[in-house]
Amino acid sequence: MTLRFNDETFRGDYTYHNSAAAVRRFPFPFDQDSYMYSVNIEPHRPTRAGSVFEHRFDVDEHYVAEMQDRAITLADDPLRCQSLPHMELAGWDFLELVMVCKSEDYPDMFTLHRDGDRWHWINRPLGIDQRFTFMDTSTLPCGPLEYIGRQTQGDHALLDQREGNLWMDAGIVTSQADWSLDFNIGMNFFEWHAPVPKAHELGIFQRALKFLTNVQQGKPSRRLNWTMTVNPRLDTSPENYHKWGPEKRTITPENVGAKQYLRVELQSFYRLPRSNALVFPIRCYLISLEDLVTVPKWGRRFHRVLRDLPDELAEYKGFAVNRSMIVDYLARFDDGAETSAGIFPD
Amino acid sequence: MAGTAFTPSILSRPVYAGLVSRGATPAIMLAEGEGALALMALADHDPAVMGHAHIIHIPAGTGHGAALQALGPAMYHEGPTLPAVLPRLRKALGDAHMGTALYIAGTEGVIGQVTAEALAAGVAAGAISTEHHGGAARRMQCVHCKGITEDVVTDPFICSHCGLSLFVRDHFSRRLGAFQGVCVDAETPGQIPAMQEIRP
Ligand code: HEM
Repeated sequence: MTLRFNDETFRGDYTYHNSAAAVRRFPFPFDQDSYMYSVNIEPHRPTRAGSVFEHRFDVDEHYVAEMQDRAITLADDPLRCQSLPHMELAGWDFLELVMVCKSEDYPDMFTLHRDGDRWHWINRPLGIDQRFTFMDTSTLPCGPLEYIGRQTQGDHALLDQREGNLWMDAGIVTSQADWSLDFNIGMNFFEWHAPVPKAHELGIFQRALKFLTNVQQGKPSRRLNWTMTVNPRLDTSPENYHKWGPEKRTITPENVGAKQYLRVELQSFYRLPRSNALVFPIRCYLISLEDLVTVPKWGRRFHRVLRDLPDELAEYKGFAVNRSMIVDYLARFDDGAETSAGIFPD
Repeated sequence: MAGTAFTPSILSRPVYAGLVSRGATPAIMLAEGEGALALMALADHDPAVMGHAHIIHIPAGTGHGAALQALGPAMYHEGPTLPAVLPRLRKALGDAHMGTALYIAGTEGVIGQVTAEALAAGVAAGAISTEHHGGAARRMQCVHCKGITEDVVTDPFICSHCGLSLFVRDHFSRRLGAFQGVCVDAETPGQIPAMQEIRP
């Protein structure tokens, strides 16, 4: 596969766009016509050639632009990448995981040579050629988490496991759906999930934590999560809410198809070998409503999901103010026909 | 009832269960204002707790100093404010052995900060016992500028650092010892709801 990387922005003039191929491979998150929180976890094994589930760390046409956007955000606010002192080893584990996976899955783009602890990493899309000593931070321009995080799409949280719980003790987070790494650093699984409605009462977090603390090395898992974002903006952080908040109120019936995006997170879970930490990649995919409805099944189904979604979820996900305009728009693409099972286009 | 009764809230919001004696072990006790009453009740229930206790007291306008001293702690210190007693507290936490108990009683801001200091010094969460006394004022971190505003009694309130109007969340960081404040008119600049008094 040869990839052409888009020249595009995720702020300001928002020139982000999906090619026809990117639309077809979009991870539409609904496998039925309604949605409620559940423990929707499945093995993260290669699925469907060409889909975002084919490789462990999906690299797509947005790769270079996303890494440029991350660099802007980090320069603006270095607290988006933090690591408590005991997480350094997990950072190296994570760097190794990404370098090994990417060089195996995309040999045309990434190469890793290892001679003992003397490593040579080549990242062609970003023009990086780095020799360094594994586990020696002084041989990299920054810590291992930040180094590889600047070359990997998606946010990443490193979770320390102790006392039967997971602790968010490190992360690189510049494309989050409105939560703050700086505020959450040091929290456990139940604390950082505290603001989520309904799921605690449904016992979802108890069961999810049980599953996660048992994830084995070499057997990663994944799930999809979703929300709604006005404009293709990666940095919807609480830190900058006063800057992007006004954009949320610019939706009109005329522009909703172009300006309103479905934001899907492909989340995965890997056990790391030396630190026994978990790494939690949160990969963000954005699609405008007008692109989404080019797949008839998705247009029909998304209309039904949003029409029937409990108010609390719309409120929590932050699109309650625009919900009726979104549902009215999508209704035009729902002819009432049956939809097939599963998330993929017909 | 030991301390203030709070409205049930989300899981990150701390719960102050009341001071419970851990017996005759070494102990650091920090009492602010009416929190002194909690130490008195603790000693009344189990006089053995005072034998190895280091009491740090911030009167905050109350007059319980003499009564606390009369409990017979191993060490007693009075200071005017939390920042003033922090160096002493940090020294005590740094010197503490495994198994040292920490008792904190007072307002939410003081409990939050002292807990954060203790966790950073390596004290196990299970060794910390807390009891709330005093008003419902909160210690708030502005998620935008990161500045902390102490003693917030209204929702929304104005960040004392950047001047944004912030709404008061229940989301709480034990590491920072603070609740999160988020711009209340982010989507509709200038439209700020009327301030309401914060209730427990
Ligand atoms: C260890 C890995 C995980 C991390 C680091 C993580 C992190 C987060 C964070 C930071 C939030 C935002 C909370 C807020 O401040 O409002 C969130 C939301 C959420 N998480 Fe997790 N999470 C993890 C695993 C899971 C798992 C396994 C589930 C399984 C059910 C789950 C379910 C949810 C749900 C349902 C929400 C609300 C999302 C929405 O409605 O948009 N999380 N998670």
